[in-house]
Amino acid sequence: MNTRFLRAIVRKDLLTMLQNRGVWLPIVILPVILLVIMPLALILAPTAVNVNMPGSMMQQLDLFMRNMPDTLRQQVAGLTPQQTYVLLFTVYFFAPFFLIIPLMVSSVTAADSFAGEKERKTLEALLYTPASDTELFMGKVLTALAPALAVSWSSFILYGIVVNAAGAHIMGRLFFPTTMWLALILWVVPAAAALGLSVMVLVSTKVKSFQEANQIGGMVVLPILLLVFAQAGGLLYFSLPVALAVGAVLWVIDAVLIFFGIKTFARGELIARL
Amino acid sequence: MADFVIEAQGLTRIFGAQRAVDGLDLRVKRGEVFGFLGPNGAGKTTTVRLLNGVLAPSAGVMRVASFDPVRQGSAVRRRTGVLTETPALYEQLTARQNLLIFGELYDIDARQLPARVDELLRLFDLADRANERAGTYSKGMKQRLALARALLHDPEVLFLDEPTAGLDPAAARQVTALIEGLSKKEGHTIFLCTHNLTEAQRLCDRVGVISRGRLLAEGTPAELADHLWRGNWVQITLTGSPSEALLAALRAVVGVIDIKVDGTALDMRVDTIERTPALLRAAVLAGAEIYSVTPRRRSLEEIYFELQANGGAAEAEP
Repeated sequence: MNTRFLRAIVRKDLLTMLQNRGVWLPIVILPVILLVIMPLALILAPTAVNVNMPGSMMQQLDLFMRNMPDTLRQQVAGLTPQQTYVLLFTVYFFAPFFLIIPLMVSSVTAADSFAGEKERKTLEALLYTPASDTELFMGKVLTALAPALAVSWSSFILYGIVVNAAGAHIMGRLFFPTTMWLALILWVVPAAAALGLSVMVLVSTKVKSFQEANQIGGMVVLPILLLVFAQAGGLLYFSLPVALAVGAVLWVIDAVLIFFGIKTFARGELIARL
Repeated sequence: MADFVIEAQGLTRIFGAQRAVDGLDLRVKRGEVFGFLGPNGAGKTTTVRLLNGVLAPSAGVMRVASFDPVRQGSAVRRRTGVLTETPALYEQLTARQNLLIFGELYDIDARQLPARVDELLRLFDLADRANERAGTYSKGMKQRLALARALLHDPEVLFLDEPTAGLDPAAARQVTALIEGLSKKEGHTIFLCTHNLTEAQRLCDRVGVISRGRLLAEGTPAELADHLWRGNWVQITLTGSPSEALLAALRAVVGVIDIKVDGTALDMRVDTIERTPALLRAAVLAGAEIYSVTPRRRSLEEIYFELQANGGAAEAEP
């Protein structure tokens, strides 16, 4: 594997993406909305109205907790309603939401790298270089994964600062990250990024433009929404074993999709479809 | 013994029911400009892809720069440069960035790459705008930049696929002059795919004519003309219309095959151009006043259309 080829492909693709607002704008906006504005609103808005939570919200929280698994109820035993509320939303309910970030970033960058290259009619020149099919594929994989992990991990740090700062007066201590979040960041986030990438590699072979790839590939967030709904309905909550299991399932799906992705990324196949 | 840098035998590529390249036999000598002529869809681009190991053949064998493109595609592409039909530039990047990135992809020594990039930018008259985005360039400039990219690693063989297609006459002339310089001054072997016959006539040492994936003929324009038409043409223009006595005197000259009269001009087919002095002598003795004499070679355009019309078969006309 010639690492110089990989670096050249990653550099080229990232430089191209930086010139394309349609690619980098959602990558910047989504984490800000999801990890700064939403948690701040959820923590500060109800508590700003009254130091004690309003009665109706208290009743709703009580009702909500009754639907939750016993293990989660044990986790929050002994906490005040406000502390329960903050912990519930920032630690447990935001976990599946967070996975949208690596998925979205990797699928957008992969769409630009694979389908965008085809749309801009630049792929042929790349295929005439000495880089092997595997080197070209790996270069493009890194192009999608590197920003996804960089954005996810820096978003995680940002989220940690935001929720600890906003919730400090309620929790009275640093309460984030938990062990589950560390597993999420180190095990599930790379798997989610790989999922966004591998789906987009396959989608890109069938479409002709970045937009088309994005529209079809965007459906990859649906399983994450299922996790959100499953948690809201009390079917599961994002504990450490659940995070590990979700990561394992994603890695298996990734392995299968990447296997097929590599098969489609052969010079002869690509050039015949130009 | 000739040193062939491209050799293909029975090269075939089938897409579904279509034979894009059909049993192609080809040999290109080192240092020559080989014109690969044919209409759109004849199989020119597919042949370039096959020879560069980008597309696998359905049948046949080939060697490019002593390597097998099927098994040693990467080694072949290190020794070839390809100017694709569209420039395929990264338009959001500057000309310099385009060349630097491709320099890395061609594995040019990192210490030498910036100097090589500067050299090519100067050679192709792009140095002044090297730090501007390629997307802001005119078509001619983009084509020059794409040509510079194909030359970055100083390839043994340069494949040029329709290098002047879509360019205005001035830009096309500039690109043609650059290609001429590459072959004459720098000694590159050039495989030129084109349907621009004027360009091919000017640049090519030998040509191959392809139609529907099949090679109809291969050789120098003179060899192809000899293959298609027996004899050579000499045109004599007189000051007046030719008399019957003059025509009879000319027909009596040994080696004259045919005479066509067009006003004051006589188009004479002779077995060899060496008959010209005897023809002139006979004409003068028959009282003709001669205005001009022109030995006429068949143009590549005439050869091309004759081949396309006859599917490569030699002319039946005597």
